Amino acid sequence: MKCLAYLPTQDGQATKAGLEAVSYAKKCGADVVALALGPLNADGGAGSAGASKVLHVAHDLQDEAQIARAVSEAAKAEGASMVVAPHNYVGRAVAPRVAVRLGAGMVPGVTGVLEGSTVQRNVFSGKAMAHVSLNSEVKVITTTPNAFGVELGGAEAAVESFDPEVGEASLKVTGFKASSSDGSVPLPEAVRVVSAGRGLKGPEHWGIVEELATTLEATTACSRPVSDMGWRPHHEHVGQTGITIRPDLYIAAGISGAIQHLAGVNQSKVIVAINTDPEAPFFKAADYGIVGDAFEVLPKLTEAVKNLG
Amino acid sequence: MKILVCISKAPDTTSRIAFTEGDTQFDKNGVQFIVNPYDEWYALVRALELKEAQGGSVTTITVGEADCDPVIRKALAIGADDAVRIDANPTDALQVASLIADHAGDGGYDLVLCGKETIDHNGSVVGGMLAELMNASFVSLATSLEVEGGVVKATREAAGGLESVEASMPAVVSAAKGMAEQRIPNMRGIMAARTKPLNVVPAGDALQGATVAKFELPPAKGECKMISADQPEELVRLLREEAKIL
Repeated sequence: MKCLAYLPTQDGQATKAGLEAVSYAKKCGADVVALALGPLNADGGAGSAGASKVLHVAHDLQDEAQIARAVSEAAKAEGASMVVAPHNYVGRAVAPRVAVRLGAGMVPGVTGVLEGSTVQRNVFSGKAMAHVSLNSEVKVITTTPNAFGVELGGAEAAVESFDPEVGEASLKVTGFKASSSDGSVPLPEAVRVVSAGRGLKGPEHWGIVEELATTLEATTACSRPVSDMGWRPHHEHVGQTGITIRPDLYIAAGISGAIQHLAGVNQSKVIVAINTDPEAPFFKAADYGIVGDAFEVLPKLTEAVKNLG
Repeated sequence: MKILVCISKAPDTTSRIAFTEGDTQFDKNGVQFIVNPYDEWYALVRALELKEAQGGSVTTITVGEADCDPVIRKALAIGADDAVRIDANPTDALQVASLIADHAGDGGYDLVLCGKETIDHNGSVVGGMLAELMNASFVSLATSLEVEGGVVKATREAAGGLESVEASMPAVVSAAKGMAEQRIPNMRGIMAARTKPLNVVPAGDALQGATVAKFELPPAKGECKMISADQPEELVRLLREEAKIL
């Protein structure tokens, strides 16, 4: 089985989400060819994650319609029966177009390897799993960020230049506003997240949240009421109508754990809940719990992590 | 401006999740269905705001069976002019997108809006497929949307921040939080919705890509281990030695 993996890059190197896509395809038993656009240092790291070859398009593309044409042409040129992309911002816009172009069935945000023609994904905001059958000749799959580790250690991949017909652009990027200046990992890709809710009583108290996050090299998040009241920016809101995350560690302080909030975080590997109310629903969804005041517990926790060295 | 808004029904967030028929079907028994929040709060309301500012019409489209009609009436009560329901049981994104594209293809729509995902299947796929099938531009995960001089100007979620983009029309836009504020239908809207057109059309041939073979409930969560508030170092030790994530 041959797989074409779309490999997003930054500064010439594959992004973590891109490496996860390549590594996933390798775990499915495929011979993996990666497609990279724009500046690329050597193979961009694709070989180490399991790609045998990189098709390199010299110019970068902004319009996902054009990226989808490049991916589809590459898949056809390689005779790939599987196309994998990360289920992130770009992948969500590229992969559905590729599926249409290749007449392929698509399964988004998978959480397991493709076995035969069946693959597993989470549905109902993580409250159930679905085993989905793909009966088309070509199968398009997007990988949930941070659901699969990246197995490194493969040999450097051969790089071939590739010049697909991508047509006219229908979309252009005219600006970018960074959500944070501290360089922390964006929430959907974060491995550790420290989150807080109304229990913090006001935006001026977020220092203790940020301090713990910095100490843990974690990204900060918040509950919906907190973003609705303007205490924290919208992009930090995790939950049903905000962002869905899947970190290794999710620490929630002063959040009761309403079902709408849990829907966005219940796929975290380990959940720690800190709340003054011993009856808070979050304790039913958490792995570890502390009944206590966030104003006292968070600074002590920060100290304890620092003492780990 | 002619705007089409894709509306799905979804089980209310607090619904008990269970399956029937050998775990192949969602158990609708006792489940309250709502308009998928991303479709209602963001896509539909922004469409109405654009119509109010610039004129035109807002039509909703749904792929579903007759049990969708109550949520379609809700969308009409909020302010859509008319509704189309393609009479088919939605089972796959490619099927849904191809049915909508077949119907909308010759409808002369300038803009097609959909929520960024449904809260049951969480796929985030139909919008992109629709754009490809309709040969339209696609703005995914948009947090704001304007139309000026025949060009879509939007901001969208991107890695590490928000991107401003411009896209040609016709355009498909998937709506994320921030695009609009939820509107509660008033009594006048609810009354008017009863007589607004809800056109049920038979489903033509659809593409089919993937089918759910089986649903499964996740294993029950173990007990939450409680740690005294005076001993955060014990939590840190457990995270390192037991959970092995520090």
